[in-house]
Amino acid sequence: MKGLTTVFRKEVKENIRDRRALFNSLLLGPLLFPLLFVGMMWFLESAEKERAEKALELPVIGAEYAPSLIRFLEQQGTEIEPEPEDPEEMVRSQEVPVVIRILPEYPEKWAAGLPAPVEVISDPSRQESNAPIRRVKALLYGYGQQIGSLRLQLRGVSPQVASPVMVKDVDLSTPKSRAILAVIFLPYVLMITAFTGATHLAMDTTAGEKERKSLEPLLINPVPRWQIMTGKMITTTVFAMASLALTLVSFRIVLPYMPVGAFGMDLTLGLATLLNILLVISPVAILAAALLTLLASFAKSYREAQSYMGLVILIPMIPSLIFMANPIKAETWMMGIPLFSQNLLIGEIIRGESVAVGWLGLSVASTLAIGLILAAMAATLYNRPKLIFSGS
Amino acid sequence: MIEVKDLYKSFGDVKAVNGVTFQARDGEITGLLGPNGAGKTTTLRMLYSLLPPDQGQIRIDGLDPTRDAMEIKRTLGVVPDSRGLYSRLTARENITYYGELHGMDKASIAKRIEHLTGTLDMADFIDRRTEGFSQGQRVKVAIARAMVHEPQTVLMDEPSNGLDVMSTRALRHYIRSLRDDGHSVILSTHIMQEVAALCDRIVIIAKGEVAADGTAQELLERSGCDSLEDAFVQLIGSEEGLLA
Repeated sequence: MKGLTTVFRKEVKENIRDRRALFNSLLLGPLLFPLLFVGMMWFLESAEKERAEKALELPVIGAEYAPSLIRFLEQQGTEIEPEPEDPEEMVRSQEVPVVIRILPEYPEKWAAGLPAPVEVISDPSRQESNAPIRRVKALLYGYGQQIGSLRLQLRGVSPQVASPVMVKDVDLSTPKSRAILAVIFLPYVLMITAFTGATHLAMDTTAGEKERKSLEPLLINPVPRWQIMTGKMITTTVFAMASLALTLVSFRIVLPYMPVGAFGMDLTLGLATLLNILLVISPVAILAAALLTLLASFAKSYREAQSYMGLVILIPMIPSLIFMANPIKAETWMMGIPLFSQNLLIGEIIRGESVAVGWLGLSVASTLAIGLILAAMAATLYNRPKLIFSGS
Repeated sequence: MIEVKDLYKSFGDVKAVNGVTFQARDGEITGLLGPNGAGKTTTLRMLYSLLPPDQGQIRIDGLDPTRDAMEIKRTLGVVPDSRGLYSRLTARENITYYGELHGMDKASIAKRIEHLTGTLDMADFIDRRTEGFSQGQRVKVAIARAMVHEPQTVLMDEPSNGLDVMSTRALRHYIRSLRDDGHSVILSTHIMQEVAALCDRIVIIAKGEVAADGTAQELLERSGCDSLEDAFVQLIGSEEGLLA
């Protein structure tokens, strides 16, 4: 085993001196992702605030037919704009998100106690118009309800007759479980970090070594090849773990500066939580190191290895993308699937729920088992002379 | 002492080594001379157990590379065709790494590096990172790391490739000193002058086979030529690869 530790120490020493390794493993993930996260939160919050606080500007056609509706809208803080020339064109060209048209028969129907027609002209396929459309419709509906109640009262009927069902929201979510963005985003970031933290080293210690023509002389030394490869993979794993730990610490530092209140989020990553998350994700670092080393060993050069990595980096994204599209409830069998189980478990930890020890054990064991199988394959790969000499 | 008998190796349809037999004795420099692609590197790779032969027998001081690979690697010093160094490590760290891989302790590595720095004239750059080293400096470090464990048998693949005149002279001087210390040295080359200047015995390899084997004098007599170059051309039967 002395050969293994020798390889490990040398790879650590060499890669600590490598700016590219430091940048990729220890800077990129830990710095970029938390900043991205905070930036995204600020952006979301300010967009939300702007939409909520901005006065609604509403061009109205035929305002003269419904003075009491117009008064109601103005009381609710709507700025009524004068009648536009071509309302359809205005909406289509996105000058305004929504226009209402009060039809000429409105007063007649109103007086007769029949539903009076109001058209809402809009293009709901445009994401940014949805909020104003919803506001306008809610206002019109509210006005209708109010007038309806009054009419019933005038006829001596209780307005409650018209509301046979009363719907009440009973909200059981804790502030933590509302941190939905974090629940999806943090596992996603950590999963990617495990891979990006390992990528450079996995390539540099295999394809890079081959490219620099130092692999053949290295293998002439009296050390079994599996020890050389394992020493390299342990270095890669250590760098991936360091990358993960730094990312978590950096999230911890950044969280207090986030606009928490706006989302009803109470997300503080205590030391215990951080260690828990690190424990859950560690097997992924081993899996990533083994998988990436295995793939990079086939490449003749760093550049060729890089072209494989572009595809591999999609793997850690898959579970997060699935959960984003279709949130599912965690079940025992899912703990057997690497990446999925970590995604679910980290989500639970952030939500503040206690994680079943059985689930944790199953997740760690299954991911570790697959990681070690891949590592064993990678360790014996250079027993094939073809791979040592390819490209030389 | 190296004994090679009836060695065969092919890659697909290409017969790289096709029945090679020769001996390399201790205290002698044996030159494998042949045009590019003659099978010299493949033969050496089988000697240092990186490639298994298809057929034939190799004995290095009685050991068989296919069976005693680890043991053989301990007794061999190899300067292969690929001699990449770790550019983020100093020359000393590069050599130390190989010493540690050979299981040597710190003190003996340091002592050995002191010695090699003197014989190979590396004092100027031993503690510099190898990034930007000249070809001559690289070869010296590659030789030093191959020799760190004081191997009895030394294999060198085209050692003077890319060296200038002064570096080549120094290298030849060093190889002769190895012979004088009783080592068995095999070097492969396609350069006539190198063989003439250095080798005690010459094994001419062409198309994967041994075309001739003997001292320079014996080869001249056998071919009836005046110069080694003419003898070489006559013995391999063509001028192919000579000018490369």
